[in-house]
Amino acid sequence: MRFAGHSKYQEALNSQEGLSTLCLEAIQITKAFPGVVANDRIDIEVRSGEVLCLLGENGAGKSTLISILSGMQQPDSGTIKINGKISEINSPRIAKDLGIGVVYQHSTLISTLTVLENLMLGDTGKVLLDVKGAKEKLLTLASLLGGAIDPNTLAGDLALGQQQQVEIAKAMWGGSNILILDEPTSMLTPQAVQDLQASLESLKREGLAVIFITHKLHEAFALGDAVTVLRAGRKVLHLSTRQIGELSESQTREIILKSMFGSDSSAESNSVEVLTEMDTGSENVSHHKQRDLADSKIILELKGVSSTSQYNEVEVTDVTLSIRRGEVYGIAGIDGHGQRSLAEAIVGQRSISRGQLFFEGLDVSKMNVRQRQSLGFRYVTDDRLHEGIVGSLSVALNLFIKRIGQRPYWRMGQINWSALNEEASRLIEKFSIKTPSLTTRGGTLSGGNIQKILLARELAFDPKVVVFNKPTYGLDFKTVALVRGLLKEFVSQGGTVLLISTDLDELTELCDRISIISRGKIVGTVDNNSTKIAEEIGAFMVGDSQ
Amino acid sequence: MKSRKLGVDFIRTVLPVLLALFSGGLLLLILGKNPINFYSDIWRFGIAKKSWQDSATMFAPMLLVAVGLIVVFRANLWNLGYDGQYLIGAALISGFSPYLTQHMSVWLAWFLLSIMAAAAGAAVTIIPAWLKAKFGTNEIITSLMMSFITIGFANILIKGPFQDPNIVVPQTKVLPLNHMLPHIPGTRISIGLIVALAMAFGVHYLLSRTSFGLKLDIYGASSKSAQHAGISVPKMVFTLFLISGALIGLASSVDILGHWGYVRTNWNPSYGNAILPFVFLGRLNVLASLPFVMFYSVLATGGAISTQRSGLSSDFLLVIVALILLFMTVIEYIGTKQDLGQSYIPSGLKRFLKFSKSEGDLG
Repeated sequence: MRFAGHSKYQEALNSQEGLSTLCLEAIQITKAFPGVVANDRIDIEVRSGEVLCLLGENGAGKSTLISILSGMQQPDSGTIKINGKISEINSPRIAKDLGIGVVYQHSTLISTLTVLENLMLGDTGKVLLDVKGAKEKLLTLASLLGGAIDPNTLAGDLALGQQQQVEIAKAMWGGSNILILDEPTSMLTPQAVQDLQASLESLKREGLAVIFITHKLHEAFALGDAVTVLRAGRKVLHLSTRQIGELSESQTREIILKSMFGSDSSAESNSVEVLTEMDTGSENVSHHKQRDLADSKIILELKGVSSTSQYNEVEVTDVTLSIRRGEVYGIAGIDGHGQRSLAEAIVGQRSISRGQLFFEGLDVSKMNVRQRQSLGFRYVTDDRLHEGIVGSLSVALNLFIKRIGQRPYWRMGQINWSALNEEASRLIEKFSIKTPSLTTRGGTLSGGNIQKILLARELAFDPKVVVFNKPTYGLDFKTVALVRGLLKEFVSQGGTVLLISTDLDELTELCDRISIISRGKIVGTVDNNSTKIAEEIGAFMVGDSQ
Repeated sequence: MKSRKLGVDFIRTVLPVLLALFSGGLLLLILGKNPINFYSDIWRFGIAKKSWQDSATMFAPMLLVAVGLIVVFRANLWNLGYDGQYLIGAALISGFSPYLTQHMSVWLAWFLLSIMAAAAGAAVTIIPAWLKAKFGTNEIITSLMMSFITIGFANILIKGPFQDPNIVVPQTKVLPLNHMLPHIPGTRISIGLIVALAMAFGVHYLLSRTSFGLKLDIYGASSKSAQHAGISVPKMVFTLFLISGALIGLASSVDILGHWGYVRTNWNPSYGNAILPFVFLGRLNVLASLPFVMFYSVLATGGAISTQRSGLSSDFLLVIVALILLFMTVIEYIGTKQDLGQSYIPSGLKRFLKFSKSEGDLG
């Protein structure tokens, strides 16, 4: 009965005003998680009949924003206006009733049910299934989406593109007028992307407002009318449909790439200023001093390394690289493209299925974590909270969980508290870890201080090679500076670093060479000696390298 | 502040037991029984006069099972195959003890039999442990399935090679009284109690004071952390499962040699099921679990007679255990919410109430 929606679209279409009305407006949305501000005063707006592309790297705050708009999470502050009316979206159900439909990144269809059954799962408040009504509704939606789908096919038998259409139909089942698509193309073939584009065109004509989330630039060009770029939880750029119309495609591309990856401190500036500040932005690039490492000994060498594990993650395939003593080797790439597998394969937490890993010429491929640790391998993990520390153990013990059973902190299998506490106090002092006491539970500290615990643990006991995985992700400005300072200090003392990061500023500031990883493979390597390096890497990352 | 927290913890721990006993009494009233008679019978046959010594004898195997469970549960590993691990030990002990005790010194025989039972209990855990370590297979299901298989196997042993040829009933030969474990002097408590207490304190020391205990806690908190810290996860899984199975196997040796002297097919005291809620009430701490296991051994010893005298099935005791589990869940929920400073109403329910209210406003 709520599918009076269709006539609503017609209304919008007929009324000339309707085409440009603000459908959804999010004002100054802020959402913080312990240690991370995921959304920092973000504004977005989308009009009916418009596709707004929300661009940003992983961790930029897209997902948080979407979960706020879809009622899965509540913002700490900020307001949301739907059709000009302030609305509180307290639950997914309310979002649905307000006409917000969401298509999630991963399929939510149940493969053993038919298309129709999948769609009717969303029908609430009815005792009997209204099969006839549902079929009619599907017919209307299918024509809108531009494809005929047999309602009695099992969802699992559909091609991915068709599944996508069913997902969209499912999102619109309650009669939505705002459609949110969360990285919908991540699992589609190029042909299916074109179909999706056609579907979106017709939805636009019906007057729907669409928010399209992606990190691929060419999709944003193909599908979007307006563009909003998020970076590190802030809105750094908004280009309205009109503004884009006034710029050439290459200009737009440059502006967007710059705001996504560029090294100017535009995170603070707002959309209007970005356009004017463009020329001055490049002055702020912190120049990396090119060092000559050609004479330096190769410390770490990967030869065709592929990894395996129990987990359903992207594994690395055929990675070959070598790192010299005193070098900082960067790995850039969009999050989730095998960075963790690479790090874990190097430190021994993940087994190497093919290829070899050499440390100072010694084949260490078969060694376990402990053995590699004793050679001088260290790993600053990106999963600080659940892997790096044990939240329920004290700060002091967390500093020593990689030295359990070792003298002088353990004697005959028993903890030697005086030696351990003395060393722990020294480390807390040296790395300025702010903790109420040695016995405070590690999990109660802030993200920055937890990271300091990790750094103290990895850097204190004579490290040779340190793998840093997103070491400054989600940290405040001061701690970021501290972390980078420690890394530089370590390298200046002859240490070797593999730095994995999604933050290009960080990579260009610290690294000598940078490889770009995509789907578990190294797709390119650049020497860090050009001022345009961030843009070069950015192009590799979005698969847009010319 | 600290003493207040201890007080709150004490209430959170004891209240479920009290509430369960109280509502158990209400149930008895509904069934037309006199709860006061029922509970006073438990006192009379479980504690009063010398009956506490019977409870103490029963306490020994239960304590060993409890410790066996705590070792794995602390690591977030769920060995639910305790019945099989116990019964295979019991069958082997009952089958071999009549012969072994005749052909060598009883002390050596008891020692060898206990080792055998522990080894058998541990052996049953090998398959679930291997599947868990190698493939991450859910150990709840594999250990439970393994338990069914092992119980069947134990019954085959009792009916087959271990069957007492002189009787028709499927049971093993009865161990002569003078070949059973002696009593602690001056009591009729089997020395099995001393074995159990020694094991309990030993394991407590292992868990709380040694590097192994710390590694176990790290693994229990997160297997990713353990891997990160260089702790071998497969080795951990195997070690813990083997210790758990061995302790539960040992429980059967203390029980058969100290109390029963024989087993029949289809006999299953199922200590694990009864003890399970109590190790959680003891927060998976060996020392804290001691009083709870004691409490249950009294309840079980006195209750065995008390239920009979009230004309109830002995399963009524499991009803009380289930009620403890129920109240424990509710009180833990409220307690956790209180710790977090949140409201007691489940968020889903609250949202629903709020939502239907706002919908009312619209209408």
